[in-house]
Amino acid sequence: MGAWRDCVGAGPLGPWRHCVGAGSSGPSPSDEGMLSPYRVLDLTDERGLLCGKILADLGADVIQVEPSTGNSARRIGPFYQDEVHPERSLFWWAYTTNKRSITLNLTTADGRALLKRLVQSADFLIESGAPGEMAALGLGYGELAALNPALIVVSITPFGQDGPYAMYQAPDLVGMGLAGFMYVTGDPDRPPVRVGFPHFYLHGAAAGAAGAMVAHAQRVLTGQGQQVDVSCQEAVARALASAPQSYAIAGAVIVRQGSYRQTGATTYMRITWPCKDGFVNFQFSGGAAAGRGVNNLAQWMADEGMGDAYLQSLDFTKLGYGTINREMLERTVPPIERFMMSHTKQELFEGAVTRRILLFPVATPRDIVHNPQLQARQYFQQVSHPELGTTLTMLGPFVRSSATPLRQRRLPPRLGEHNIEVYTQELGLQPGDLARLREAGVL
Amino acid sequence: MRPLEGLKVLDFCWVAAGPMTTGYLVEYGATVVRIESHAHPDTLHNSPPFGSEGRGPNRSGYYANYNASKYAFGLNMAHPKAMHIVQRFVAWADLVTENFTPGTMEKWGLGYDELRTIKPDVILFSTSMLGRGGPYSRQPGFGPVLSSLSGMTGLTGWPDRAPTNPYGAYTDFVVPRFALPTIIAALDYRRRTGRGQHLDMAQLEAALYFMAPPMLQYMLNGHEPERTGNRHPAAAPHGAYPCQGEDCWCTIACMTDTHWQALCQAMGCPAWTQDERFATVLGRKAHEDELDARLGEWTQGWEVEALMHALQQAGVPAGVVHTNRGVIEDAQLQHRGHFVYLDHPGVGRHPVQRSEFRLSQATAEHRWAAPLIGQHTAQVCKEILGMSEDEIATLMAEGVLEGSTPLEGGTV
Repeated sequence: MGAWRDCVGAGPLGPWRHCVGAGSSGPSPSDEGMLSPYRVLDLTDERGLLCGKILADLGADVIQVEPSTGNSARRIGPFYQDEVHPERSLFWWAYTTNKRSITLNLTTADGRALLKRLVQSADFLIESGAPGEMAALGLGYGELAALNPALIVVSITPFGQDGPYAMYQAPDLVGMGLAGFMYVTGDPDRPPVRVGFPHFYLHGAAAGAAGAMVAHAQRVLTGQGQQVDVSCQEAVARALASAPQSYAIAGAVIVRQGSYRQTGATTYMRITWPCKDGFVNFQFSGGAAAGRGVNNLAQWMADEGMGDAYLQSLDFTKLGYGTINREMLERTVPPIERFMMSHTKQELFEGAVTRRILLFPVATPRDIVHNPQLQARQYFQQVSHPELGTTLTMLGPFVRSSATPLRQRRLPPRLGEHNIEVYTQELGLQPGDLARLREAGVL
Repeated sequence: MRPLEGLKVLDFCWVAAGPMTTGYLVEYGATVVRIESHAHPDTLHNSPPFGSEGRGPNRSGYYANYNASKYAFGLNMAHPKAMHIVQRFVAWADLVTENFTPGTMEKWGLGYDELRTIKPDVILFSTSMLGRGGPYSRQPGFGPVLSSLSGMTGLTGWPDRAPTNPYGAYTDFVVPRFALPTIIAALDYRRRTGRGQHLDMAQLEAALYFMAPPMLQYMLNGHEPERTGNRHPAAAPHGAYPCQGEDCWCTIACMTDTHWQALCQAMGCPAWTQDERFATVLGRKAHEDELDARLGEWTQGWEVEALMHALQQAGVPAGVVHTNRGVIEDAQLQHRGHFVYLDHPGVGRHPVQRSEFRLSQATAEHRWAAPLIGQHTAQVCKEILGMSEDEIATLMAEGVLEGSTPLEGGTV
């Protein structure tokens, strides 16, 4: 059984009071992470990998359970040095560092029996199959809970386990449309667009980590596990800002506006602007903070001999937030565009920092790697990869923890890299059994 | 049961990312006391939509979505006595949350080092755009800016046009999914070890996990990905196609040959679909403009909901491109009970979004609509801080504590 049991019923001060030691806050004497005592069986494919990744980065022992042909995410590009190979998928690398990998074919009876043995010592199981897929294998929540009542099972699906669309197929594009996110994104004279990197399942997978931990909090109180049913559609619908309320309360249908944003029936805000070497995000709007920035930009333009008399005659701090109309736009946008086009992203951003203007580069990955803020915080991690004989640059921690810093503990696992340590050392299989199971196509 | 029952949260969060995070906590049973003053109200109080003509601070449906079931405590942080009140809350709380520009809590004397002198095992959760330290730590900005800084904007839109921001303060709604598991993990760590800590989440650094593969592509291969509208490198057709009515669209995404063959069947196998140029994914990718135009001619004759159901029944991934109205009326979201409707004196009846997961054994609740500024000041003073009526009255009179004010223009 998992280690959470150690503190069940932790005394009269209530469950969130500590049950060992007195309060202190310095760095942990050991390398123990926030979730070190817990084991996670991760059965997800590309749709759910981020869930286990978050738990692994927080310290959990996350075991990716793969078919012997490898997780389908290993076939997703781009690939390291463009070599199409299941151990070179950068998508796999991005979402599996800090995990272990074992192979196990759940289509075989022996495979299912082994999974059930693993379940007995697991705290969480994550899966991203269609509703009913696990149950069809005899591995539904009921069967798993009978083996380990404390197990938390997280299911990540496009629409949740039930409902009229539960069995509908939803690749990223379909999901983003049904969640309402596409209609409000893109240029008004073209079809709605999706976010340029597929996000539909990432929202659901990250939400799975959140739901898993809420269920864990309940397990601390009761000793019992439960099922966590995540809907990616609901997760993305929660990213719509106030758009659902705008219809429900004000009857307003929000329409996409490209480089602009519509702020009222006849008022707009300009957001993205082309410049010498790309684009910048500059909020051209009235209001206290944005308006001060616009005034400061008008002054900057004048300082460089590119001033515009009409622009300088206005005080944007006196205009309300998002109150610029079409006529004003027609007069003010061309001189600002000329100024932007005469500078690079970095020149504009540095000027914006000193002159207090709400302007930021529309960053490319190259800009992000060179972002002085990320560099100062030493965000990117250098990871030695002995097999490739090189050092890789990877993303850094998603949170800074004063007591339990998140660490890059493991490289992305090779297929079945941890079969021997998990099956023989931890589960107690004999080496001969391992060979037999491999030959029988179970591992 | 309520999984987070008994968890005590002192909440300084405002706008979206912070209140959405503590919104999950309160939905699952935590006690969240939100500190706010009339002089410096949450920006969302003045953000549309409003429940009636009169704006005022207590009418925003945007604010109402993230703050249901919280206690609103009115406190004038500029008053010297405010710190004494905050200290009493810190001694009470398991968790302190804030998403100010770095330096704000420190300026008040409420940095982590000060908080732990009051309560050694306190957990302080801070989240800001760019995190503590570094040259741009204090540069002001909002969520739309972070979509640009994290590279999401640059990849979104059409290759022949300027990039377009993902709608709204997008990253504000990404970050809470990292914040919530981190906070509960820190609480569990404290339960096991007795140790509190300071968690500092730079929203840029968390949001980059939604851009990790393209980042690795640049960092390890030196390639910069490009905008492709709705297209997919290895699938076609893959786009939004016009349907009957104004600005009505249906997505169709043929990820495999099987999907494509099922689509041809659903269309009744017109002659153009049998053209061998469209028989393989390489052929369809090579002639994608023509493929999209042909398919769009067919979809134009359809009502969008009917097309989605027909194609899904035929085994083709397809879906309505919902407007915000479509989201409110969506059959699946209604089945899930995604929107909970609450009544509020300034906003009126309004939808609040539930968490996007259902826990089989846990109760998720919205016990009351988002409070008015200062609505629970006296109640919290009595029930949590144990103040006498006299003490409360004195602090109110001195302008340290603030109660709620009547709604300008009356209730809805």
